[in-house]
Amino acid sequence: MFKYNVKLALKSMRRNVILTALMVAAIAVGIGISMTTMTMYYMMNGNPIPAKSDVLFALTLDSWNPIRPFDEDRPERAPHQLTYHDAERLLALGEGKRQTAMFESSLIIEPVDEGEMPFETGARVATADFFSMFNVPFIYGSGWDRATDAAAEPVVVLTRQLNERLFGGRDSVGERLMMQGTYFQVAGVIDTWEPTPRFFDPINGAFQEINEMFIPYSLALSLELQSTGSDWGWKNEDITSFEQWLNSESSWVQYFVELETPRDRDAYVSHLDAYVGEQKRLGRFERPMNNNVYDVMEWMEYHEVVSNDSKVLVGLSFLFLTVCLLSTIALLLTKFIGKTSETSLRRALGASRKVIFNQQIVEVSVIGFAGGLVGLLLAGLGLKGIQYLYESPNGLVTLDWVMVSSAIGLAIVSSMIAGLYPAWRVCKIPPAAQLKTQ
Amino acid sequence: MLQMTEVKKTYRTELVETHALREMTVSVSKGEFVAVTGSSGSGKTTFLNIAGLLESFEHGTYRLDGEDVSRLSDDERSTFRNQKIGFIFQSFNLIPDLNLFENVDVPLRYRRMSKGERKQRIEHALETVGLGSRMKHVPAQLSGGQQQRVAIARALAGDPKLLLADEPTGNLDSTMAHQVLELLEEIHANGTTIVMVTHDQELAQRAERNIQLLDGRVSAEEFFEPQTNAQPLRATA
Repeated sequence: MFKYNVKLALKSMRRNVILTALMVAAIAVGIGISMTTMTMYYMMNGNPIPAKSDVLFALTLDSWNPIRPFDEDRPERAPHQLTYHDAERLLALGEGKRQTAMFESSLIIEPVDEGEMPFETGARVATADFFSMFNVPFIYGSGWDRATDAAAEPVVVLTRQLNERLFGGRDSVGERLMMQGTYFQVAGVIDTWEPTPRFFDPINGAFQEINEMFIPYSLALSLELQSTGSDWGWKNEDITSFEQWLNSESSWVQYFVELETPRDRDAYVSHLDAYVGEQKRLGRFERPMNNNVYDVMEWMEYHEVVSNDSKVLVGLSFLFLTVCLLSTIALLLTKFIGKTSETSLRRALGASRKVIFNQQIVEVSVIGFAGGLVGLLLAGLGLKGIQYLYESPNGLVTLDWVMVSSAIGLAIVSSMIAGLYPAWRVCKIPPAAQLKTQ
Repeated sequence: MLQMTEVKKTYRTELVETHALREMTVSVSKGEFVAVTGSSGSGKTTFLNIAGLLESFEHGTYRLDGEDVSRLSDDERSTFRNQKIGFIFQSFNLIPDLNLFENVDVPLRYRRMSKGERKQRIEHALETVGLGSRMKHVPAQLSGGQQQRVAIARALAGDPKLLLADEPTGNLDSTMAHQVLELLEEIHANGTTIVMVTHDQELAQRAERNIQLLDGRVSAEEFFEPQTNAQPLRATA
């Protein structure tokens, strides 16, 4: 009976093309707008590394001004980057299973061939554990090891895009790049990797693309690499050299640690407290003890990756969908009232009210399905528009299979809800009502 | 086959009460061909609607094919209509965007019948009314007489105990009306009970009996000798 009802629905839709088009359009616009906002919300709110989000932790240590908190609106918060000095000490203590200190920088790549222009490239300066901690996928080679960190060897890991630009996409492991007057050897090329949000650095933009290359953190000192990311300071310090800057109270290093169990997490916080206690005795960390670790999802919430505006927008878009569905109800009533003669006839020939009701519900479901497909197209266009307006990376604005099936499901379910009243009205038509007047 | 006893039906609006049937008592035997005539407003259509279980009534009893159908639920009436009653309407009541095969298929769809059996019944019914070669045509491609023959095929496909015809030739010219009437006579010759509502006295005389209605009551009955030598129906391609 379902197949028969689908066939009847398609015939009925063809019978009044304009009315059908209006209903499909009303559902499509509602679905298109709500799915655009939902996709944004879903991508913002999604878990960027589900396999490890509960074992990766960002650190905060409150080394800030003893007189004023780091965030006066939320005084309980410590600065969410570390000083270079503290990051170095924590790396050296190495209490977690893995840990990485990192910051953003930029380097000039000098071309091998004469005649080509040098160009500036964004780099993430990190330790060896970065790649294994964050499950970074490689197409060629791998990251570097801890020995390379310790020896401050000039190696580099390229993104697929940069490898394409520099080496035409071939396996470039072992090739050399000249940057800052130093030859870097290519250790690996990572595959497409678009964690959304960019959980390891929401401070410099949760929806930015990843940096084009990665180099060892231990090179910061020898190459005097400056941070191009956020850099916060509170202390009036006389800084005239790179070394003085490294040893200052400026906070510009992000730090993640991998801890396998809740017990490890508690132990690590105790470890941080012990470290800060030691620093307090040296005259630093004058604020009350306030050391924290945040897992990935806590870190996203901490940085309000999903803004309240986004939540309001999702709510408004669903209100709009409701308005579209109300319009659809009016159109369905018009359509179904136009079918009273046929309904009367079917009732006379033996169709029960339930059979007639089911037939109408299948018809609105088919209309909803069509509306969902067109709505998906509109959502795709909407997301492209957002990508264009905000120059967002592709990862944020992609409709994945979850959102596609949600859109179709939402369109069908909401159409069925919209169709309940019209279908109920139609199935109440008495069988003798229209047989004389057809 | 059909026995109505003191059936009353009243239509009520805020302003007026209309007594469509006033304690009507009618009996139709199995295999009989009965015409129901009367002036406009005499209760012909109401009688046919109640006989076809399309409407309920407030007083009296109605037995059809040996069963008391006076107080059936809506769903039970639907099932009864589908399995035991065939309808032929004045305005054919075909569904315009379904082809002939699909139109005849409509009542069979509401039975739990296999696809093969439905196909066999539909083809046989359409061949019986002489439209076996036009199954894929839509109603708009047919003349009025042909459309009424499709409606008859739709009624026949369900193999009904009772065939109810409401002014079956009312929208047809005399030639087509004659063809349709001959078809009904053939169906009757096959043993099907037919109750036909008409205002045409000449047509009514082709039946075995004419029940005349006046103000919702049976006012007179006439019996006629058969005027044709109709043969039982055979399928023709």
